[in-house]
Amino acid sequence: MLTAAASTTILGRLGHAADTPPNSTASAAPVGTASTATAASSITATGYGTDPDMIKSYQPGDVWPLTLTADQRITAAALCAVIIPADATSPSAAELGVHDFIDEWISAPYPEQARDRPIIIDGLAWIEGTSQQRFNRHFAALTAAEKNTICDDICSKEKASPTHVPAAQFFARFRDLTAGGFYTTPQGMKDIGYVGNMPLITFDGPPPEVLKQLGLA
Amino acid sequence: MALLTSRKTQPRYDVIVVGSGAAGGQTAYTLAMEGAKVLMLEAGRNYDPTTETPMFQTNGEAPLRGAGTPDKAFGFHDATIDGGWSVPGEPYTNASTDPKRQFAWWRARMLGGRTNHWGRIALRNGPYDFKPYTRDGLGFDWPISYEDVAPYYDKVEMLIGVYGSNEGRENTPNSPEGILQPGPKLRAGELYAQHHGKKIGVPIIPIHRAVLSQRLDGARLAAKLHPNNPTAQRVLTAAMSERAACFWATNCGRGCSIRANYQSTTVHLPPALASGNLDILTDAMGYRVLVDDHGKATGVSYIDRKTREEKTVSARVVVLAASSAESVRMLLNSKSVRYPNGLANSSGLVGKYIMDTVGASLSGQVPALENLPLHNEDGAGGGHAYVPWWLYQEQHAGKLGFARGYHIEFESGRRMPGTGTGAGMEWLTGGNYGARFKEDARRYFGSFIGFAGRGEMIPNENSFCELDPVVKDKWGIPVLRFNWKWSDHETRQAKHMQETAAALIEAMGGKVRSRPKADGRDAISPGGFIIHEVGGTIMGTNATNSVTNQWGQTWDVKNLFVTDGGPFVSNADKNPTLTIMALAWRASDFMLEEMRKGNL
Repeated sequence: MLTAAASTTILGRLGHAADTPPNSTASAAPVGTASTATAASSITATGYGTDPDMIKSYQPGDVWPLTLTADQRITAAALCAVIIPADATSPSAAELGVHDFIDEWISAPYPEQARDRPIIIDGLAWIEGTSQQRFNRHFAALTAAEKNTICDDICSKEKASPTHVPAAQFFARFRDLTAGGFYTTPQGMKDIGYVGNMPLITFDGPPPEVLKQLGLA
Repeated sequence: MALLTSRKTQPRYDVIVVGSGAAGGQTAYTLAMEGAKVLMLEAGRNYDPTTETPMFQTNGEAPLRGAGTPDKAFGFHDATIDGGWSVPGEPYTNASTDPKRQFAWWRARMLGGRTNHWGRIALRNGPYDFKPYTRDGLGFDWPISYEDVAPYYDKVEMLIGVYGSNEGRENTPNSPEGILQPGPKLRAGELYAQHHGKKIGVPIIPIHRAVLSQRLDGARLAAKLHPNNPTAQRVLTAAMSERAACFWATNCGRGCSIRANYQSTTVHLPPALASGNLDILTDAMGYRVLVDDHGKATGVSYIDRKTREEKTVSARVVVLAASSAESVRMLLNSKSVRYPNGLANSSGLVGKYIMDTVGASLSGQVPALENLPLHNEDGAGGGHAYVPWWLYQEQHAGKLGFARGYHIEFESGRRMPGTGTGAGMEWLTGGNYGARFKEDARRYFGSFIGFAGRGEMIPNENSFCELDPVVKDKWGIPVLRFNWKWSDHETRQAKHMQETAAALIEAMGGKVRSRPKADGRDAISPGGFIIHEVGGTIMGTNATNSVTNQWGQTWDVKNLFVTDGGPFVSNADKNPTLTIMALAWRASDFMLEEMRKGNL
C-alpha cells in the first residue's frame, strides 16, 4: 500500500493488484508475533464492516478504541513533530494530531495494521529506551539537536548500521504513516499542493505556464 | 410496479432477470422500455447513489484515512457494499494451492452490482476481436462479427453517454458521428507521456469513458433509441434530464450522486422503473432455475436474505445476468435427475473457458513533472488518455512471442492525497525527516506516474470453475471452485507490458521504481485481479461447441438466456463492460421478437 503516490493511485484505481491479498487469506493473516504479542493480541474490536456509512466524517477512535498508552502517545507525538515539523507553510504533524491517526492505525482490527502494530510499538520503545540511555531523559523532553542525533542513525535504511536496521525499518514505517496522516488533513493537502476536490464548470487542462515548463507550449 | 419493499411479487412475469449490474440493468432496461413485464432479482441490498455517494469527502474524513482493508479493499469510499475479494459468509474456493494458480473473485452485494464502482472505461471490441481464431489459430471465433454488434455499441454509447474521440486506429473502431461526447483535455502528465511516447513509437490517445462531459440531449437520443415508442421516449427523455454533466471532481470509483457517469442504478434502472414495467426484488439471492417436465424454464428460486427461506418466482423467460461466474453457479446448482450435470450443460461446457484480463504494472518518477505550477488536475475522476494496442502487424507476423494485444491505462498528477502520499520516498531521497522531508514531499507530489497494462487472455482448458463438492455458503448453496492457469501467451505479454511501461518512463526522462521482472510469471497479476472475468457459458454455432447461441439463448433450454460476460468466447484487451451491455441489448431485442412471435 505505502509505496509511491502514483503507484498507489494506479493500484487503487486501475491496477486492482490491490493492497489486500485475495480470498480468505486476507482476513486470516497472523497477528503480530514479536515481543509485543500481548499488545497485538489486545485488539479485540471489530472493523467497520462491509457496509459502513460512507457519508459520515470519522475521527480516530470513532470506530475502534485507541490503544497507545499515555507514554507511548507522547513519544509518538514528539516523533511526528520531528518528522514533519511546523514551518511557514503548515503546522507540525503533532499539532494536527497525526499521532492519533497512527494510534488508530495500529489499533485497527485488520491484518495490515496488525502487522504494523508490533513494529510501531517496539520502535517507540526503542526510541524512548535510546533516549534514556543516551540522555537520561524522555525523548519528548530532548532538544531538537538531541532528537536529531537519534533520528540520524535510523532515518535511512540504506545507511543505517547493522545494529540499527530494525530501528530504521520502524522509522521508515512510522515516517510513511506520519506522511499519510499529515497530507490527508486539510492543512497537509494545502501544503503539498493539492488544489482539487472543487466542482468546476469546465475542465481546462493544464494552464499555459505548465505546458511551457514541460516544453509542450 | 416498483422496487418491491413488501416483497409481494406478481404471480407471473414475462421475464425474470437475475442481477442488476451492467448486464441485468441493460437487459431489464431494454425489455421494460419495450413493454415486457420484468422482475429483477438482486442478491444485495437496495442502494441509492443520490444519497449514499461520498462525493467530496476527503480521505482524512475516513477511518484509516481511507486506506483499503479486507472490509473495503479499494478504500473506504469505494462504491462496493457487502463485497470485495471476499463476501462474508459466501466463500469460494480454489482447486490448487499453487500461488500462481489462484483466482480471486470480486463481488458486490448491492443494487447495481459492480457498475457502481466501475472504472467507466468503455472501449469497443474491434473486428479482429470477434474472429481471433481466424486471425491466429488460437481460442475460438465468436458466431458474430463486429458488424453484428456495432449498432448496439452505438445504442449503448448513446444511452449511457461516453466521452472520447475517433482516432481511426487499427481494430479500434470509430463511433459514428454524433455519438461520442467530447473528451476532457489531457492532463499535464498525459500530454507529457504522449509527447515522449512518440519517440519510442508508443501512441497515447484520448480514452473512452462512460462519463458525461456535457448534458445529454434527451429528446434527440430517446427518439433514436426508441423509434415508434412515444412512451419510452418520454420516460427516457425525463430520465436523461436528471443526469448532470461531470463537474470535474471526485473519483468515479465512489459512484456519482449527480449521475454524471454510468452506473446501472443511475442510468438503466430509473427509466426502466419509470416505465412501470419493472419490479425489483433486492436481498434475493438467486439459487436455481426451475424447469418443467418439458425442459422449459418456469422461473427461478431464490433465498430471501431477510427470512433465509427459499422462494420461487415465475416467468415466460429467465435471464441470468448475475456476473459470468455467478450465472455458471446457478446453472450448475440447477441440477436434477433430468439434468445431473446442471442445466443447459449438455455440452459439458458450463463453467469452462473462463477468462480474466492480463494485468501488469510499473511505476516511476519523472523529474520534469516536479514542482509544476499548482493547478487542479482532478478531471473526469479517471484517465483521460491511454495507450491503445499498437503492434497488431508485428504481432501478426509472429515477432512478439505472444499472440494477443494489450492497452495501457495510466494516471499521473496531483491527485487527492491518501495514505500513500509522501510515503515510500526513500528510494528518491535516501531517507530523511524534518524540514527537508517536507520540501521533498512537495517536490515529488504529482511527479509519479504509473502504467497498468491490460491485455487479452486466451481461453484455455485449465481455467474453469465448477461446484465445490463440499463447501456451501451461509444460505446452504454450493459454492464455486476455481481452477486457473495462465499460458505463456499471457505471462510473456505481462513482461512486455512492464517493459513498455519502463520504456515510457525512461522516454519521459524518469526513473522506474523497480525494473521489469525478468519472468512474466512474476509480473502478471493473479487471475481475477482485474475483475474482468468472462466466459463459462460461451456462445457458439451449435449445441456441442457452446452453451448458448449468438443471442445468449441456451441451446438446451430455449427460454433461458445468459446476458452477462458468460457467453464471451474471447476477452479482448478492451474492457468488457461496454460489450456486455451491447450484447445484452442485442439479446433483449431477440427475446422481444421471439416473445412477439410466440416462440418463447
